[in-house]
Amino acid sequence: MSMTELASDRTARGTRTRRRDHGGVLPWLAAPALAFFVGFAVIPLVGVFALSFTTWDGIGAIVPSGLDSWRAVLTDPGLPHSLWVTFLVMVASWAVQTPSSILLGTFLAGYQRHRAVLSVVYFVPLLLSSAAIAIAYKALLDPNFGLGAGLGIGFLSQDWLGRPALAFGLVVFVVSWQFIPFHALIYQGGVRQIPRSLYEAAQLDGAGRVRQFFTITLPQLRYTIITSSTLMVVGSLTFFDLIFVLTAGGPGDATRVLALDMYKRGFQANLMGPASVIAVILVLVGLALALLLRRLGGRDASQSQLEGV
Amino acid sequence: MATPISRRTVLGLAAGLPLSMALASCGTSGPGTSGGATYWYLNGQPQEGIRTGAVDRFTKANPDEKISPTTFQNDAYKTKIKTAIGAGQAPTIIWGWGGGSLRTYVKAGQVEDLTSWFDQNSKIKDRLFPTSFPAATVDGKIYALPCETVQPIVMYYNKKVFDSVGARPPQTWGEVMDLVPKLNAKGIAPFSLGGQSRWTNMMWLEFLFDRIGGPEVFQAVFDGQKDAWSNPAAIEALTKVQDLVRADGFIKGFSSITADSNADQALLYTGKAAMMLHGSWSYGIQQSQGGDFVSSGSLGFMNFPAVDGGKGDPSDTVGNPAQYLSISSKATDEQKKIAKDFFAKGVLDDEEIKQWIGTGGVPVVKGTQDLLAKDKNADFLKFTYDLANNAKVFAQSWDQALSPTAAETLLDNIAKLFQLSITPQQFATNLNAVIGQ
Repeated sequence: MSMTELASDRTARGTRTRRRDHGGVLPWLAAPALAFFVGFAVIPLVGVFALSFTTWDGIGAIVPSGLDSWRAVLTDPGLPHSLWVTFLVMVASWAVQTPSSILLGTFLAGYQRHRAVLSVVYFVPLLLSSAAIAIAYKALLDPNFGLGAGLGIGFLSQDWLGRPALAFGLVVFVVSWQFIPFHALIYQGGVRQIPRSLYEAAQLDGAGRVRQFFTITLPQLRYTIITSSTLMVVGSLTFFDLIFVLTAGGPGDATRVLALDMYKRGFQANLMGPASVIAVILVLVGLALALLLRRLGGRDASQSQLEGV
Repeated sequence: MATPISRRTVLGLAAGLPLSMALASCGTSGPGTSGGATYWYLNGQPQEGIRTGAVDRFTKANPDEKISPTTFQNDAYKTKIKTAIGAGQAPTIIWGWGGGSLRTYVKAGQVEDLTSWFDQNSKIKDRLFPTSFPAATVDGKIYALPCETVQPIVMYYNKKVFDSVGARPPQTWGEVMDLVPKLNAKGIAPFSLGGQSRWTNMMWLEFLFDRIGGPEVFQAVFDGQKDAWSNPAAIEALTKVQDLVRADGFIKGFSSITADSNADQALLYTGKAAMMLHGSWSYGIQQSQGGDFVSSGSLGFMNFPAVDGGKGDPSDTVGNPAQYLSISSKATDEQKKIAKDFFAKGVLDDEEIKQWIGTGGVPVVKGTQDLLAKDKNADFLKFTYDLANNAKVFAQSWDQALSPTAAETLLDNIAKLFQLSITPQQFATNLNAVIGQ
């Protein structure tokens, strides 16, 4: 959902600024995106909001029940726990992914030998479905028949999915493994757009590679970092498939993120009302985070980074 | 030169596009799309082949009555079927486990009342195990046809392991606890357990509750009595399980093992674990995947050990009294007719009975002893048949008996109990809160 939101947001912006020149043609270009957004995001959202004030087991009749579901969810100790786990996953996966993606992206943006081959290799995890990745990791990490037992590496034969800390670390690792290629790609594009003249000037002034990276590359990537972080942070709110298949929220509820909590309540425990409440909370948290990140990016994101070049 | 767009065209676009996309993407399942009846059931061999075979034979014999089957993986199916029924997209024939989920379908008026059909076809009712009907019955009316096999939970053991250790399978809980350090000392896990699947852990509690306090303890929960989980017998059973976990009774890393991948069963037939509590269906899996483990007679089986001083009858068992087929009330009359014909002529025909026996399963049909005795798995089949028939109480698995809401809380807390992250008292408190839901 976060992707559609961003996309439609961007389209809307574009049309607004150029309406004066092109009149009625450009709004038409926004129509398909708008239609999708309304059909698949706004309408279901209204439906979920309405459902959050009802009691429904997913099969029988929908009975309005006022604030019952809200009260049930907000007083449930499971909610702060899920929020906390979601927050931890968000922070940890951001902290792991961002530095690795920037470094990888910068490397891939260079012109060294074998770069093309390497970038294809790095890209592979992104081509796999989350469910397939989760199943593969689960099989590899099986304490008795997995990689550790097969290769005789004791370190790999841990109770990966049975100890809360290990399971959490594993989720962050697999999520990062899957999404670093995507963000590296974004950073590669960002780095490629930095004018070479900046580096040439720095070289003349005697700046080394490390110095160049910290004084030119990183500051120039500022908006790329914001874009990538927004995708990571908002995206991590909706992690579901991978965690569901890998740990199913376990052990106990150690990796039960908000999205998983919603699914479990709605589709496994047949409590559609409370599940809708969590869905509404998810939307609100996602919107708040996206807005916050935009603010962090400075007042005007379209401001030039190349003043004085 | 601005050409204003009329509001109607925008709305038309906005409304038409997602709608047509939604229609295109929602597939063709559900009632009324293709004339014949639809039938959803579980995949995974050898069971899937038998189910498909029964449909094929029926449609071959009755070319006018088409049944289109669709198969699903076990855990995915439980969610899928609920969602489909709620959305009015249920298949004509609904495969299920009876009990609590059937009750929710009935309460929502989504499945056909088959009571009068059974009255008209009393022969069909009389040929099936009487123990299979309670889980198909809601408020005195029958809503499902018991089918396939009776599946008690069995204590399996690896005879080779016991020979090498020089021990005999435990007959009482005391012997279980004595055996645990002995096996661990030899580097063999006492019990295999696919703990990530949660219902695997639940089977331990089902038996301990019964052996310690008798069937009344869980019956009180099922009947919605206040604080039924705080029964001293329940607390004792919960404590005993945690004692076993603390004594390393279950294989190291059991929370990382899933039952769906059959890794728990592999631990038994590879000799990494000495014993395993599992459904009777596991016999067929060990037979097909364990090499010569079953055929060489290395697989032992028995009922769950007694608990010293416990109130429950050691002949009691737990499990699935049968599988169940219901008919969607949303199906067309033609589809319902096909389904009922299939129930009468197709389900558990002679061929299907033979095939179930071939997998080590005991069909829920009476009078199969002769067939069972002739089979290569005669020992296990006779054991299962006797277990099912001689049990004073054949209780239904808790997660099937309870409503989905209560079952989810139960499974959740069972996982935490085995993690030792909650105490028996906390377990009881958490579950008392959802009694009767």
